[in-house]
Amino acid sequence: MHDVIASYFPVLVFGVIAVGIAGAMLGGSLLAGHQKPYAEKTSAYECGFEAFDDARRRFDVRFYLVAILFIIFDLEVAFLFPWAVSLSHVGLFGFLSMLGFLGMLTVGFIYEWCKGALDWD
Amino acid sequence: MIATLSNFLFHTMLGHVVLVALETLAVLVPLLLGVAYLTLAERKVMAAMQLRKGPNVNGPFGVLQAFADAIKMLTKETVIPSGANRFLFLFAPFLTFSLAMVAWAVIPTGNGIAVADINVGVLYLLAISSLGVYGILIAGWASNSKYAFLGGLRSAAQMVSYEVSIGLIIVSVLLAVGSLNLNDIVLAQRHVWFCLPMFPMFILFFISALAETNRAPFDLPEGESELVAGFFVEYSALAFGLFFLGEYANMFLMSGMTSILFLGGWLPPVGIAPFTWIPGPIWLIVKILFCLFCFIWVRATFPRYRYDQLMRLGWKVFLPLSLAWMIGTAGFLMATGLLPHQGVS
Repeated sequence: MHDVIASYFPVLVFGVIAVGIAGAMLGGSLLAGHQKPYAEKTSAYECGFEAFDDARRRFDVRFYLVAILFIIFDLEVAFLFPWAVSLSHVGLFGFLSMLGFLGMLTVGFIYEWCKGALDWD
Repeated sequence: MIATLSNFLFHTMLGHVVLVALETLAVLVPLLLGVAYLTLAERKVMAAMQLRKGPNVNGPFGVLQAFADAIKMLTKETVIPSGANRFLFLFAPFLTFSLAMVAWAVIPTGNGIAVADINVGVLYLLAISSLGVYGILIAGWASNSKYAFLGGLRSAAQMVSYEVSIGLIIVSVLLAVGSLNLNDIVLAQRHVWFCLPMFPMFILFFISALAETNRAPFDLPEGESELVAGFFVEYSALAFGLFFLGEYANMFLMSGMTSILFLGGWLPPVGIAPFTWIPGPIWLIVKILFCLFCFIWVRATFPRYRYDQLMRLGWKVFLPLSLAWMIGTAGFLMATGLLPHQGVS
């Protein structure tokens, strides 16, 4: 087996054991607890009211906006990781290229800020 | 006999699996015990800060309280709401808890001692902690309850907002290390811990960690007074327990990351005699416990943020600050020629 791949093997074993523990706890609780469901108990909690309607409805668009912003900036961070590690190899040219990239993103960020995309009232 | 055993463990495939499994348990068992006792420690510490006694009935000083809670949760009924998606409803706590544990595979507890000493440890940690948001979103959606749905949305938005600045802060550290391996990151702090030259980032990272784990003063997803309990309002028994333990395991994880990135991991504070006698894992545990104490301390001290304040802090303060610091670090290291020359081969 290749060395790099081999070094990930413990992660796999670790994952299997962790999933096993979580599964055992959840399954054990399902088995150990006395299950006695009825309609009132299993209805959605709404402070004593009958549930009005389905909870999966439209939500504020700003959550969606935050998700989009997150994708942009998380991608940026993903680009920065290899750059940060190899900065001594890519030298001044690599540094200035990344500065240009970040500059463009910053312009976009300032635009969002001025447009009020980051405001929650 | 011993020769046969060592031959089995170190030279056969099955032996290797057994060895790794034992190493895994050597990490997970103390972690789970730690998580169980962190719930008790939190109640005790907060009680002391509020001049109360805290749990003191089960065992001396209430030390058996953690087990009493566990047994109680185990024997409760798992109520699955009629409108819920049954599979996803049970899958969400399972996912949250598993992810909180899986991340520990790469944490180094001594020089080169980790269950998996992989070359991109930091990336692995970031990836696993990002996945945590899925457990919460799935729980919020699968419950089919308005409180859970709103809590899940809020929590997801909050976690992704602070994750961006966490990523940028980690990049600042990586610039000074030149490697993605966690062991290299610790070794790079032999002379000075990163919490000194990067003190503002250390504070930013700690605050982001509070937001990332949905802890007070950023515990809006739970917001008792408005959302009852947020995304896990419909959960009971150990399905609830897994969320609860997952949150505390995540606190351990973020404390571990803080210790490794900024507090020198398993390194002693100074590399001279009386400090070097104490083994590395002890130092790591001491640092993690210190961070955890700060988590609890913050909870007992600060009032909860409002949601707009939270988002403003994340996007308008932390993001520009961490970005500026990152560029500043890169520029400084470029200008002074202090860039590390390791990592890429």
